[in-house]
Amino acid sequence: MRRLLPRFPHHTAAALALFATAAPSFAETVMGFIYVGPKDDYGYNQAHAEGGAGVGKVPGVKVVEEASVPETNAVQETMLNMVNIDGASVLFPTSFGYFDPHILKVAKEAPEVQFLHCGGLYDEKKHPKNVGSYFGWIYEAQYVNGIVAGHASKSGKLGFIAAKPIPQVLLNINAFALGARKANPKATVKVVFTGDWAMPVKEAEAANSLIDQGIDVLTCHVDSPKVITQTSERRGAYVCGYHANAAALAPKGYLTGAEWDWSSVYSKYAKMIQDGKSLMNGGIPHLIRGGFKEGFIKMSPYGPAVSDAAKADADAAKAAFMAGTLEVFTGELKDNEGNVKVPAGGALKRDDPAIESMSWLVEGVLGSTK
Amino acid sequence: MAELSATSSGQPGSPGLAAPTPGPRLKRAWGPAFEAILVPLGAILLALVLFGLFCKAQGQDPFKVYASIYKASFGSWFAFQNTLMRTAPLMLTALCTALPARLGMIVIGNEGALVMGGIGAVIAGLAVPAWPPHLALGLMALSGMIWGGLWISLSAGLRQYRGVNETISSLLLNYISIAILNHLVNGPMKDPSSLNKPSSFPIAEEIMLGRITFGDFTMRVHWGLGYGLVACVILWFLMQRTTFGYQARFIGANPKAARLGGLPVNRTTLITCFLAGGCAGVAGMVEVAAVHGRANESLAAGFGYAGILVAFVARFHPLAIVPVSLLLGGILASSGILQRAHKLPDSTSLVFQGLVFLVILFSDSLYGRFKIFKP
Amino acid sequence: MESFWLVTLAILAGAVRGGTPFLFVSLGECLTEKSGKINLGQEGSLLAGAMTAYAVSHHSGSPWYGVLAAMGTGMALGLLFAWLAQLPRTNDIAVGIALMLFGSGIAFFFGKPYIQPSAPLLPGIPLGAWSSSSQIQAALRICPLFFLGLLTAFFLAWFLRSTRWGLQIRAAGDQPSAARALGISLKSVRTWAAMAGSGLAAVGGSYLSLYYPGAWTEAISGGQGLMAVALVIFARWDPKMCLVASLLFGGAQSVGPALQAAGIQTGYYLWNASPYVLTLIVMIITCSTKKSLAGAPGALATGE
Repeated sequence: MRRLLPRFPHHTAAALALFATAAPSFAETVMGFIYVGPKDDYGYNQAHAEGGAGVGKVPGVKVVEEASVPETNAVQETMLNMVNIDGASVLFPTSFGYFDPHILKVAKEAPEVQFLHCGGLYDEKKHPKNVGSYFGWIYEAQYVNGIVAGHASKSGKLGFIAAKPIPQVLLNINAFALGARKANPKATVKVVFTGDWAMPVKEAEAANSLIDQGIDVLTCHVDSPKVITQTSERRGAYVCGYHANAAALAPKGYLTGAEWDWSSVYSKYAKMIQDGKSLMNGGIPHLIRGGFKEGFIKMSPYGPAVSDAAKADADAAKAAFMAGTLEVFTGELKDNEGNVKVPAGGALKRDDPAIESMSWLVEGVLGSTK
Repeated sequence: MAELSATSSGQPGSPGLAAPTPGPRLKRAWGPAFEAILVPLGAILLALVLFGLFCKAQGQDPFKVYASIYKASFGSWFAFQNTLMRTAPLMLTALCTALPARLGMIVIGNEGALVMGGIGAVIAGLAVPAWPPHLALGLMALSGMIWGGLWISLSAGLRQYRGVNETISSLLLNYISIAILNHLVNGPMKDPSSLNKPSSFPIAEEIMLGRITFGDFTMRVHWGLGYGLVACVILWFLMQRTTFGYQARFIGANPKAARLGGLPVNRTTLITCFLAGGCAGVAGMVEVAAVHGRANESLAAGFGYAGILVAFVARFHPLAIVPVSLLLGGILASSGILQRAHKLPDSTSLVFQGLVFLVILFSDSLYGRFKIFKP
Repeated sequence: MESFWLVTLAILAGAVRGGTPFLFVSLGECLTEKSGKINLGQEGSLLAGAMTAYAVSHHSGSPWYGVLAAMGTGMALGLLFAWLAQLPRTNDIAVGIALMLFGSGIAFFFGKPYIQPSAPLLPGIPLGAWSSSSQIQAALRICPLFFLGLLTAFFLAWFLRSTRWGLQIRAAGDQPSAARALGISLKSVRTWAAMAGSGLAAVGGSYLSLYYPGAWTEAISGGQGLMAVALVIFARWDPKMCLVASLLFGGAQSVGPALQAAGIQTGYYLWNASPYVLTLIVMIITCSTKKSLAGAPGALATGE
């Protein structure tokens, strides 16, 4: 029974810290991390929590965190609590839905605290000075996923299981499809939307029905890829990961995966803050984005099923991203209804705001954003 | 709830202290009142002991945990406002179960009525962006109330005219309303600029529900708290002090006799359920107008389900809903500190809530068991 | 045309895969309700069962121990429900909701360390081994728990109809005062029914974590425990109809993804609500104010 009961060795220290003083010592920067779901979901929240744990090891940084905070009044309270009780001077509310209205509201009340939000778009005309936003161009990694998947697929039919047709998701679907069609111009990507971020039964159902239709490589954009990874492994399909490395769940079929590297991002923020820089004094840019080159994202190691040709193509793409010479969305590009979205010779570059409001699916994707 | 207000009028001591004075008369007057206070208090104490043991088993010092909980819920003005913030929607959603219960119905469609009320409020708010704030808010509240009210009336109507069990139909309507909300904010009502969190268009900043202010005194808490309190008082008056309320309680006590006696059973039922759903609808309006500013999936945040429990624990009494909402609001407001200060997992608060309510429900069976309270 | 058959096959396979947990929870709820109490805490039993099964399977290495342990957890929660719901002045709906909170709280709390590790899962019976098509093989790979559920449904139907204990349960649910007059102990009858019912729900949970989708996560149930309460009404308190209704609800779950996979894209939010709308429509059509629903236990939701 002992093993059923998890123990928390840090509790005494934390409790003492709480009761000792509300104000942190000058040398210490308290960073607050807020997650919308549990910290160990094998996905989005876990990726952030690992980042939080990573930055907690930086000397002079103390991390407080709270998980499963809904996108309501509750998150406003959590932010205020972290500021007023725990003495946090930097907050990382990591869910997209925290931004408007919650972060914007609290940021006005606590102008000395920096609010760094994952995924939002900062607009200096509308938003307070102490708010910043960061996000990774993880679609670059989905493009590399696509290349590997396109090589691995025998049928040329790939599947993408997604939660909702929102820009961040559509971007990933399109990049995956373009990567796949780079490797195999005839490849198609069939999309299934489950309707919400965590629906294990529907995700498994979607994986099964896609595989039933002859699709032999899957990837996804849901909160936790665990169920989809396990289902494809059981059905003998290949799978590309998302959020975090899930190779252990599919030792045969895991090809590679698009992973976040929040630990590196958060440590860079910590460094800037310890150097005295801030959003308010202009030392930290309000909008930070990054891909492979900036260390925001990385690929899982290749699985055993990846061919040498696939590795060569994927490594080349990765190297080009690192060198800053490759863009995913280059013309001529049509959507899957035949409209030209990027004219020949043009490119939708990664820092173009249109990237983050993408509402269409690229040619070769079977599905609709409606 | 005459009992509750009685104690605040300053009657000293516990039944033990009252013993030397001419006992029987005092006991007759105050025995039930003390019972109504002491039994729930005893239950909360028992729940605290049980949860303390649970914490102990996790290697935590229960007293430190409770100190933290107190600190984060009632320990400071800041913390207390956090609690009050959660109290507002709970009071309103609790009424959605409490009123029909007087008719002998068990309605659990609070979450759905809240969501429908939120949708109704947004539609109204979007229609009148330039109205004076008070008028616009009034219209939004009215619209929220009508949407929520009709939603629960649907359950009531199905019961009265088709014999469909209202508990089950209102449960089903919860899921249906959330699906409707999702469909609307992902389709017909979607604001294209809401990008990664599909939402309706926002209502104008000017017609948002503001914070409570009296002269120089400003709270962080919005006026939704006032809505909740007013609703509890008005509905207490309606159910306890008017002919309508008497009819409703009579129907609840003996539906057959009520019908035979010529009471308008169907009408009373429909009106009561409309008011009940209307309260939850106003809760939705408050969430929209004071917090989110728009309709999206965050409306369904579980206040409806929590409201059901509040109603049962308050034994369906509109005034008792106020302190019970405060209690649950405090527990909810303290869930964060368990994680931040004690590294307990996020689900600890769920265990605590479950324990508190199980014990309080258990304590309901203790009424009348103690001789000391008998008149 | 080929795609039509594929969709049909996918839905049928999905109905069996997705319907099995519904089957267990609804049979459990049916038994509980037949004795006169509604247990909304089945959601908590389902989650606690799913967690216990996964944890025990992880530690013991045998998924079947997991199923047994889940059943034990469920029965314990059922006992708690039966005790609290039968005290004077308490209400089964309220106790059910409190147990839903408590059960899921316990499951999430103690389940934290088991989200990451993998546990041995239940085996599937490869009934489709004769076919060369991988779709058919996959569709006909069926969990032994499904057959157990099938047997339970028929057993329960027979048990309630033809045994003395079944009669006692029905009497307790239909006419408590008459039952009491016959010397039946309402308390013990309802306690056993609630324990068995909650235990069955927990077995449904073990199917979720140990077979399909085959993982322990906090989102695993997706509200199936509550949905099963509606399902029992849909099935008119008839265990054999519970089987049909579970397959229907399970199928409805896979309709959305299957239709999308076949190229039909719109309205999946409304699709997600289809089981609830369907149940409501069936209730509206079949109910009447003149007489209570055929098969409905008379004492249900009356507080007696």
